[in-house]
Amino acid sequence: MEPTATTAPTLPRSIEEIRSEFPILAREVHGHPVAYLDNGATAQKPLAVIETLDRYWREQNANVHRGVHTLSEEATALYEGARETVASHLGADRREVIFVRNATEALNLVAYSWGRTNLDAGDRIVVTEMEHHSNVVPWYQVAQEKGAHLDWAPIDGEGRLDLDALAKLLERGPKLVAVTHVSNVLGTINPVAEIARMAHDAGALLVVDGAQAGPKLELDMAELSADFYAVTAHKMYGPTGIGALFGRRELLEEMPPFIGGGSMIRKVTKELITWADLPAKFEGGTPAIGEAIGFGAAVRWLDELGLPGVHAAEVELASYALERIGEVPGLTVFGPPAGDDRGGIVSFAMEGVHAHDISEILDRHGVAVRAGHHCAQVLMQRLGVPATTRASLAVYNTPAEVDRLIDGLIDVRRVFEL
Amino acid sequence: MDELYRDQILEHYKRPHHFGRLDEFDLEFEDSNPFCGDEQHVFIKLDDDGRVSEVSFEGQGCAISTAATSLLTDELEGKTREELLALPKDFVLELLGIDISATRMKCAMLGLKVVKGASLGKPADWEDEGERGDPAEAASI
Repeated sequence: MEPTATTAPTLPRSIEEIRSEFPILAREVHGHPVAYLDNGATAQKPLAVIETLDRYWREQNANVHRGVHTLSEEATALYEGARETVASHLGADRREVIFVRNATEALNLVAYSWGRTNLDAGDRIVVTEMEHHSNVVPWYQVAQEKGAHLDWAPIDGEGRLDLDALAKLLERGPKLVAVTHVSNVLGTINPVAEIARMAHDAGALLVVDGAQAGPKLELDMAELSADFYAVTAHKMYGPTGIGALFGRRELLEEMPPFIGGGSMIRKVTKELITWADLPAKFEGGTPAIGEAIGFGAAVRWLDELGLPGVHAAEVELASYALERIGEVPGLTVFGPPAGDDRGGIVSFAMEGVHAHDISEILDRHGVAVRAGHHCAQVLMQRLGVPATTRASLAVYNTPAEVDRLIDGLIDVRRVFEL
Repeated sequence: MDELYRDQILEHYKRPHHFGRLDEFDLEFEDSNPFCGDEQHVFIKLDDDGRVSEVSFEGQGCAISTAATSLLTDELEGKTREELLALPKDFVLELLGIDISATRMKCAMLGLKVVKGASLGKPADWEDEGERGDPAEAASI
């Protein structure tokens, strides 16, 4: 193929048009239009999702997979349709997509089902210093139960995973590597495909926390080669209470169920219970039907916008935010410099002011950010801070909102007489 | 906002009273606010009558939690362990003299929680104000 001039992918609609699809962005907080920069916690929802949920609850609600009546058949078709949408988005087979409550539950499913079956005393699991607690605690729990060991892959001075150190840990022959795709604190985008190759060469499986990557990156399971991959809908502009676990089919087939109950069985007798086929084997009990359908709507909305354009726009805004935040005196900014491997998550600490106080003052300016340890206490210890303030960007954020963040930070310095 | 961060609060945040670790102490307790990672460690020395003769604290926290504990430590001398345990939350709120929102209540109360823990020698039974929703407030949003 002839080399072509690279043009950055763009969005099909203007930022104003995209913003108009999010009713909540018209809201005022403390007399200012809300500048919502807490998207790493949860994203706001577009009308495409809100209206899908509304229609479902008004017109389509029924339980799935059982009723032989029109409403149930429609609800089942919508629910399974949402699974097809998510599967297609992930480049996966529908049997490889398990609906769960959130990324945390997805990772717990792997720990409890795969982990308890396959880990023994003395086995090793590699986690990283930049993991969210959701990709640490389940592994700690199963390691405690089985007598397995956790090894911590370090980050380098710029907040990237130290791949040489990871390679050293892989020489110890771990059975599993657990890594986040995008750090919820540093914004680092980890080279998952490369890590997968390294893990597989060492005979380990790879489980990826994709909670922050879901709204930012095109995800192709074949290209990434992860064995398990967790996403959550609410960070992808969808509802809370629903997420998905991708698992390679051969692995899921061999794994025992996680939650026992209705829907996940093939046959129950007094003597013997057998399991349903994938994906039902892992979906005991009535699922979050409306939420799953809303998840499907969110994924369709994202796919229609196009994730390459979403990512390019975010990298551009993140670069602007990193540049402007450098103008504020007394700030330490964490994470890699601006670039394609840096998502729109900007964490910082201000000398002499606690993150909570920064967040409170920014809120008075109508700027919503997150303050705290971000469920990444090991990373906070590594960075040597008790907490950070985090501004996390979404596709509807603007340079003007970044400017308001900067103005708010200047005001923090005024209030604290710095 | 400047009301919340008025001079007295900032003064106690920047130069907290009784900050540091006592060389000798009879009671100590450490606790953290799991939601934000604030940590405080309190040290208490008792006199022969079992009354607080010296108190200090160390740790890291926001302006509200640091100022609240600094203000609280100014008031503890002469109190018995029972009196420390009986201190109501309003005692701290009156010392602060500002309106504290539900989410910042955890910050304001961390010091009192740790002082009570030191008196008891174990975590004090504590109802977490910040986590409790007010149905009337919820309905009005």
